[in-house]
Amino acid sequence: MTAFIVRRLTATLPVLLVVAVFVFLMLRLTPGDPAAILAGDAASAEQIERIRASLGLDRSILAQFGIWFGNLLAGDLGESFYFKMKVTELIGQRLEPTLALATLTIAIAVLVAVPLGVVAAWRFGGWFDRALMGFSVLGFSVPVFVLAYILIYVVSLKLGWLPVQGYHRLADGFWPFLAHLILPAITLSVIYIALIARVTRASVLEALGEDYIRTARAKGLSELRVVVRHALANAAVPIATVIGIGVALLIGGVVVTESVYAIPGLGRLTVDAVLARDFPTIQGVILFFSFAYVLINLIVDLSYVFFDPRIRY
Amino acid sequence: MDVPSRESVAPAAVRPQVGAWERLRASWSVRLGGGVLAVLVLVALAAPWLGTVDPTLFDAASRDLRPMETGEITTLDGDVLQHKFWMGSDSFGRDIYSRVVYGTRVSLLVGTASALVALAFGILFGLCAGYLRRLDGPFMRVMDGLMAIPPILLAIALVAIWRASLGTVVVAIAIPEIPRVARLVRSLVLTIREEPYVEAAVALGTPTPKIMFGHILPNTIAPLLVQGTYICAAAILVEAILSFLGVGLPPDIPTWGNIMAEGRVQFIAYPHNVFFPGVFLAVTVLAVNMLGDGLRDTLDPRMARRL
Repeated sequence: MTAFIVRRLTATLPVLLVVAVFVFLMLRLTPGDPAAILAGDAASAEQIERIRASLGLDRSILAQFGIWFGNLLAGDLGESFYFKMKVTELIGQRLEPTLALATLTIAIAVLVAVPLGVVAAWRFGGWFDRALMGFSVLGFSVPVFVLAYILIYVVSLKLGWLPVQGYHRLADGFWPFLAHLILPAITLSVIYIALIARVTRASVLEALGEDYIRTARAKGLSELRVVVRHALANAAVPIATVIGIGVALLIGGVVVTESVYAIPGLGRLTVDAVLARDFPTIQGVILFFSFAYVLINLIVDLSYVFFDPRIRY
Repeated sequence: MDVPSRESVAPAAVRPQVGAWERLRASWSVRLGGGVLAVLVLVALAAPWLGTVDPTLFDAASRDLRPMETGEITTLDGDVLQHKFWMGSDSFGRDIYSRVVYGTRVSLLVGTASALVALAFGILFGLCAGYLRRLDGPFMRVMDGLMAIPPILLAIALVAIWRASLGTVVVAIAIPEIPRVARLVRSLVLTIREEPYVEAAVALGTPTPKIMFGHILPNTIAPLLVQGTYICAAAILVEAILSFLGVGLPPDIPTWGNIMAEGRVQFIAYPHNVFFPGVFLAVTVLAVNMLGDGLRDTLDPRMARRL
């Protein structure tokens, strides 16, 4: 197991390196002076000179990458001229809302999608199955911000059940915290539910066609036990995989959802940074999200052991 | 990182067989999706003749009209027209209906162009990685790295750097999709390259580019058509998201995302500014996705069974 984790970790290093190179090149291949771009529109000549010197912009591109990558490894993502603080600090400040939103979304999505997918596979071709497949195409097609406004309109404005916008820190009380997160999490979970339900249905369907299911039924096991203990348990690996892949969708959705619901998280930070053309922050957020995505998929890979005892690392 | 995804589940090299056209026409999701899409294309082409006014015209006297109200609108020549605002007006007094109808053009154009750009580069990289084995390792490592960056985030960052125009938005949306196409093409090439007719072509001394583009590429068309449709749907969504967040096409261009971005400020008082473009957007993406599902089910049955 340890050997596998080490091997798996080393296999992700090239991926992370490519991400870093890409984020580095994004700015260098842009027409214009990188120092001036990084310093922002309102910077003075000395500020630009200082950045030029600290990034080694007068040296070769390889040396520049060396300096930049060294800083990255040391946990230094540069300084945001717009927010006037270190990018790492900025990300730390905005982490809580995004983490809370993502966790709640994943929880809702898995709890809703897996049972839906299982029932659809169990009643393959029936009305429930067809309704779910219809819903999943719809879920992929309705833009997250359109859905957000429909929910705000119905649940918050017409029914008055939940607050319209905003965020309450967990430290300020659990209920206000949760009340502000429910609608955003439901909004964000729809596309995720569509994705997970589809894959759950497909993989449970495949498992239900296996010989051991016929055996299980033949020895008189209850249908519930057959479907859950035998079919679902054997379909767990693809489901775990798609939950990991779906995180990319989730991150994209977070950017939009946080903007609509005025949640001061990393997604909102991304949009603010782009609007202010605050490149140190943009680079930092992209690196952070990509690394988080890779890490989550690594954890998913390791979780296969728990879902499928045949897999030994 | 080994990330299997919707498209990397290696489908068999399926060719459109005899009768593929008949089967396509029999599929109700192709008919419904294709039909709605055809109507939208007509709407986009016929935009000036559908009772619209120039979507950039505004009139201070007609601000924030509700749907179906009548107001006036000033043309560029200074004439004042009586105009019925089917979908109301925005806070500048522009006609939402005209803007939504003209927005169809932008969405369909960006969707199609992004899909074509992503397919072109994805095919090139995928063919090279799959057939020229020495390129495979480095190419796919780069593609893996690119795939680790969440697509919308990458598009937003690229647009931020390049400053938004029609061209940069299309390329920024296409780039995150390239690795997904390349992976699909590569997986198809890996099976097709073992086929006897490829071996025969190699034995006959056919030049490598001719084998790649003349013998292998035509056999990847069916899955690529399906994939291209899905990319088109995703691209229309991403363009709307970029505009909505205020980082996409300039606000004077009538796109559905821009109309919604403009309307969100006073969403509580005038929800119609957000709903009408939102409905058009959802219906368009739904139609393209349904067309894609129908194509997949008819052209690519092995992939269809899995999802």
